[in-house]
Amino acid sequence: MGDTAVFRIAGLTKAFGPNAVLRGVGLDLRAGEVSVLMGANGAGKSTLVKVMSGVHRADRGVMMLGDKPFSPATPAEAMRAGVVTVHQNINDGVVGALDVASNLVLDRLNGAGSGIFFNPRRVRREAREVAERMGLGIDLGAEVTDLSLADRQMVAIARAMSHEPQVMILDEPTSSLSSNEAERLFALIDRLKARGVAVLYISHRMSDIRRLADRIVSLRDGAIVGQFDEKPLDYEGAVNAMLGQNLGRHSIDVRAAGTPVFSVRDLRIARGANPISMDLGAGEIVAVTGLVGVGKTQLAETLFGIHAPLSGTMELDGKPYAPKTPARAIRDGVFLVAKDRASTGIVPEFNIYENMSLPFLPRFANAGVMRRRSERQTARAQIADLKIVCRSERDDLATLSGGNQQKVTVARWLTQKSRLLILDEPFQGVDIAARHDIAAKLRESASERATLIFLTELDEALETADRILVMSENTIVGEHRNADVDMDRLLAEVAGQRLEVAGS
Amino acid sequence: MNSQTARESAVEAKADARPKDRLSMRELAIRYGFLSLLVGLIVFFSLATRGFTSPQAAVFILQSVSITGILALGVTATLVVGGFDLSIGSIATSSMMAAAYVMVVLEQNALVAVLACLAIGALVGLINGLIICYMRVPDLLATLGMMFLLIGLQRIPTEGRSIATGMTLPDGSTAEGTFSQAFLALGRHRFDLFIENLVPASVVVLIVLAILIWFFLEYTRFGRMMYAAGSNARAAEFAGAPVKAYRIWAYVISGVFASIGGILLAARLGRGDIASGNNLLLDAVAAALIGFAVLGAAKPNAFGTAIGALFVGVLLQGLTMMNVPYYTQDFVKGAVLVIALIFTFALLARNAR
Repeated sequence: MGDTAVFRIAGLTKAFGPNAVLRGVGLDLRAGEVSVLMGANGAGKSTLVKVMSGVHRADRGVMMLGDKPFSPATPAEAMRAGVVTVHQNINDGVVGALDVASNLVLDRLNGAGSGIFFNPRRVRREAREVAERMGLGIDLGAEVTDLSLADRQMVAIARAMSHEPQVMILDEPTSSLSSNEAERLFALIDRLKARGVAVLYISHRMSDIRRLADRIVSLRDGAIVGQFDEKPLDYEGAVNAMLGQNLGRHSIDVRAAGTPVFSVRDLRIARGANPISMDLGAGEIVAVTGLVGVGKTQLAETLFGIHAPLSGTMELDGKPYAPKTPARAIRDGVFLVAKDRASTGIVPEFNIYENMSLPFLPRFANAGVMRRRSERQTARAQIADLKIVCRSERDDLATLSGGNQQKVTVARWLTQKSRLLILDEPFQGVDIAARHDIAAKLRESASERATLIFLTELDEALETADRILVMSENTIVGEHRNADVDMDRLLAEVAGQRLEVAGS
Repeated sequence: MNSQTARESAVEAKADARPKDRLSMRELAIRYGFLSLLVGLIVFFSLATRGFTSPQAAVFILQSVSITGILALGVTATLVVGGFDLSIGSIATSSMMAAAYVMVVLEQNALVAVLACLAIGALVGLINGLIICYMRVPDLLATLGMMFLLIGLQRIPTEGRSIATGMTLPDGSTAEGTFSQAFLALGRHRFDLFIENLVPASVVVLIVLAILIWFFLEYTRFGRMMYAAGSNARAAEFAGAPVKAYRIWAYVISGVFASIGGILLAARLGRGDIASGNNLLLDAVAAALIGFAVLGAAKPNAFGTAIGALFVGVLLQGLTMMNVPYYTQDFVKGAVLVIALIFTFALLARNAR
């Protein structure tokens, strides 16, 4: 450990065509330390990782591993030299069709010097060594497709560790993990630190960063704009440096609910769960917070007609509301910005205006024929409103950055008036600036409707909502006005139920 | 998400450096490459052969691709919803056999024959759609099975024989019915266009259907939803679309188009010939896939499909007029398809992602 850097970068630049993405990055990574890299979407994080892991070559600048120059031409070369990367997309790291043991020794199976024949016993033996060293408690005979995402992640990391790397890069590893699973990952990272590995950890999640960081490095517009390693770490400073502006903590003027819009009575969304009741009024934004896996998405999708409740009733504007399909819900004015835009939100082959009008085609059509001019007008208004960065409303969605794609998916449901707007994790994989744009737009447009936001991150809930409901074990266990929140009680409600689960 | 292109366009938008209508060479090649190739071929053949540019030759090319073109337009609909229909060739031959059977054996008129064919196409498409959407059989396998089934089924009523007036039926009697003149006109009548008797009915049908399906897919909300269902079914579902219904409709469209192809085939041949129509499936699928490359669409589209069919027709006609032997035709078609697919997936990969 100590202060000697094992990995040094100086003056690194990289441009794609005319666009300079990295403009002279300098960075030191020290053994046995977790350096967290923060940066808004498009700051150049992924490009930096790709240069370090041998996917791209830098245009200029030097990288030093120990006291040797390091300029890998391929990812395999980087790995052999001792720099391994675990990518954001977990399934890129494992082969689903093989068992855990084969996955753990996969690199050796096709490396130089491995034979033509496949010796299952040797594979098992080597795999067991790898697993034991990393304290991996996973059945080696299991198929990877049967593992949870977290376990797959562990397998990918354990395999990476079998190379005895000096530097480990983790690119948003928790983005699809629940907090329980993330905690297991953190324990593993602690073990890596203890073994003297220099870890570069890329994340948006403040809870990860608070838990892990020994040092925070902020990247903005392709350059390092701040390094924070004095304890206690200056998280706010790091965020501000990465954004280049002082957003600070938004204090919101909490609004009271107007006329009641939507109510739920004794709704049961899972077997054995306590029933849910709540009332939502016009103009207020209500956040539902709780850990991953407590039924937030189930509740959101039940309100939207994707799942049928086991029992209970709902009322919208005083009339019974029991949607059987999303189409029915949409017609009644209940909209859902669903979780995970890539699978449930965007149509990648469509451009911005086609994505925005998707749920409302009949309203943009005359006798079945689309009125493109009106679609495009609507889209242009939303682009301006939500500050979506694009060339025009005809840009393909695939060319937008993650934050802008999310803005489009939210904007889609703001193009038409709703009675109840539900958003399920609308800030997932979105940088803080985009998050503020979205939240501001939601608050500004909320007056006529009820708004319900499902959020795992408490910070996000405190930043956007007038009222916070806490969910645990498929039901609602607490309610707070976001003015004088009793944080201890709130956290106890979030976590307390969880202890009971563990105990039962 | 955070890909290089995303950043590029974001940076570009910020800087607003590049006017949006100026395309790079690469983009130009992607967009207009295939169309220029088609024009180039036409110019080349008209210089290299005599009579290639005459109206009669042009009409002949259209006629030669009319049936495969119609099938290809139908299969485009299934490609749009992210599916595939391998049964179109056998739907076409089945409906040809059915038309012959209805007129020759059952001695009915042209209208009944046409309606019977359309009904068969719609029914088979519906069954395909139901099997795929509700039995969860993958599209390729379901329609492969249906293809097999139809190839067999169309032979059963006549014990494996072709259908023509005067044939002996399984019960020993002779078939007395004939193809009605009205029906045969579908294959043989020519409309006047500047020149007398120039445009065959089949070409008119092709053009009408091409315009219909193009308009349907590009300009109506149903077409838009079909694209959405094919590109991201879950997103379409969360936007309130009945995705399964759209997919089933796509197979019905495909089946009906294939049966129209079969009607024209029967009208052209004047008999129910069990040996014809072997190449229909491959030719139609090739045309639809070539269509991916047209205008850099990188996705199924009706205009591309029509151009794809035309491209194959022009090429074959030109080569024939240059005395290239007939047995090289499949090779040529295959080569065009491979090149078009490489063009689509290698050059367009960047845009398509």
